[in-house]
Amino acid sequence: MTTTTSAAVEVRSLRRRYGSFEAVRGVSFDVRRGELFALLGTNGAGKTTTMDMVAGFGRPDAGNVRVLGRDPYSERRVLRPRLGIMLQEGGLPPDLTVSESAAMWAGTLTDPRPVVEALDLVDLRHREHVRVRQLSGGERRRLDLALAVMGRPAVLLLDEPTTGLDPENRRNAWQMVRALLADGVTVLMTTHYLNEAQELADRLAIMHRGEVVTAGSTAEVVAQHPARIIFGLPHGVDLPALPGLRDPYDGEHGPGRVTLRTDDLQDTLTELLGWARRHDIELAGLEARPASLEEAFLAVAESEEVPA
Amino acid sequence: MTTMTTTTTVTRGNTARIRAVGLAELKLFARNRTAMFSAFAIPLILAGAISTSGMADSDDLATSVAVVTSLLGYVLLAAVYYNLVTTYVARREELVLKRLRAGELSDATIITGIAAPMVAVAVAQMIVFVVAGAILVGLPAPVNVPLMVFGAVGGVIVFVLLAAVSAVFTRTAESAQVTTLPVLLACLIGSMIYPMMDDAPGVVVALLRALPLTPVVDLLRLGWLGTTGESAPVGFAGTFADALLPAGILIAWIVAGLWAVRRTFLWEPRR
Repeated sequence: MTTTTSAAVEVRSLRRRYGSFEAVRGVSFDVRRGELFALLGTNGAGKTTTMDMVAGFGRPDAGNVRVLGRDPYSERRVLRPRLGIMLQEGGLPPDLTVSESAAMWAGTLTDPRPVVEALDLVDLRHREHVRVRQLSGGERRRLDLALAVMGRPAVLLLDEPTTGLDPENRRNAWQMVRALLADGVTVLMTTHYLNEAQELADRLAIMHRGEVVTAGSTAEVVAQHPARIIFGLPHGVDLPALPGLRDPYDGEHGPGRVTLRTDDLQDTLTELLGWARRHDIELAGLEARPASLEEAFLAVAESEEVPA
Repeated sequence: MTTMTTTTTVTRGNTARIRAVGLAELKLFARNRTAMFSAFAIPLILAGAISTSGMADSDDLATSVAVVTSLLGYVLLAAVYYNLVTTYVARREELVLKRLRAGELSDATIITGIAAPMVAVAVAQMIVFVVAGAILVGLPAPVNVPLMVFGAVGGVIVFVLLAAVSAVFTRTAESAQVTTLPVLLACLIGSMIYPMMDDAPGVVVALLRALPLTPVVDLLRLGWLGTTGESAPVGFAGTFADALLPAGILIAWIVAGLWAVRRTFLWEPRR
């Protein structure tokens, strides 16, 4: 293979409209070989449309997509044996059993894993004679995941892979994805679960209304956002000056609750707690939230509520 | 060693892939009572009604052949066309088509693989009806078997393509009962009565001849009897000349069908 582009997936100024609705409006990002890149975003942000273009289901209205150096739409035939695609909804006939579905899928692939091996990967062996119709949502999701990795793909596209999984199965799915990453597989994933992205992603982009609004390594994106300290303050009491605050506390707060945004959680919190002890003040319902993807995500969602 | 793996990989060609999809479809077909009924029961009931009505017992062998070839046409409509419209729509709405497209299969392989079991059922029924007709009713030996095979195979292809196109206009598997009516009625009435319409205006006959089922039935009758009814039978060689027009019409339908499927086929539910 002479495809030596550094990125496994390259998306450049991608645009796609459905009728009068422009679902994706100029999206660009790269997924490097062997990393996990997460696409986050509110509902209707354009994540699935972007994934569809990367998978080669449709041709972009403008812009460019390359997967392993090839056009996923016009070179679908050459590219697909190296891609594993997990759609948002499974699309398996409800009246086939688990093993029948897996055998059918294996029969369409160039170099499939054995059916039992694939089912073992997602712990579905004991359900092999059950019809897809009778599976729980989480079991269906696991079957989808098994089929997506059945062809031993170099690039894996996962659209909300763990929706409907219980916490234990979600952990198992994460373990499986980590094992694939360790084998050198490149993963592009969308998810609604911010902790999932924080656990797994090397880099990520947050989409909103068809555009990428924040992108970078997970640590970078998190670091752009402050930690929060939230508590209740007795009436008539004012806070002292505190170190590390994003915006100085101006003395006004809602009915009993104060939210401080700080870039130095430990420092701010230490000062705050020392002051409260010295003055014997109760900080009711005290919460300290570290900078997290959730903060980053909320900042994106909120930025839209109040247009600048 | 490496060579061997490469060879086995390459030999997983389209046939193996069509078989994988077709096998899954066959299981689904066997688990779907409605589809089983319209594929097996209705043609059998029809055949039973015909054989007990005495229509096929007439001394006029041409009438008997006309009855049997009409039955073959019915198989194409019920087992191939109607069942495949509902199957394509059901698979589209269940997102199965999109899922299959997420793998290595080409579009043509998916459409063919899903059609495979119905086509097998239809071909088997046609063989049964022809053999049963020959043994039970004592029909004559066919004049030109290749022509009959060509008509049957062409007919299967046309109705698979028509089913794929009709699926575009069909929102749910249930609404196929309505959306398939135009093709079903036109073919049932038009193609079947046309040989008996000696004194109809030329335009009407021309229109009826252009329907997708008519050239199929024409070719079957021509191959079997050496005539489509209105003229004296001709021999093996002579049937080819008479077959040109129906064969041309059939091929035109196939070309138009391929074009329409490529342009319009829907792989996932409309947004």
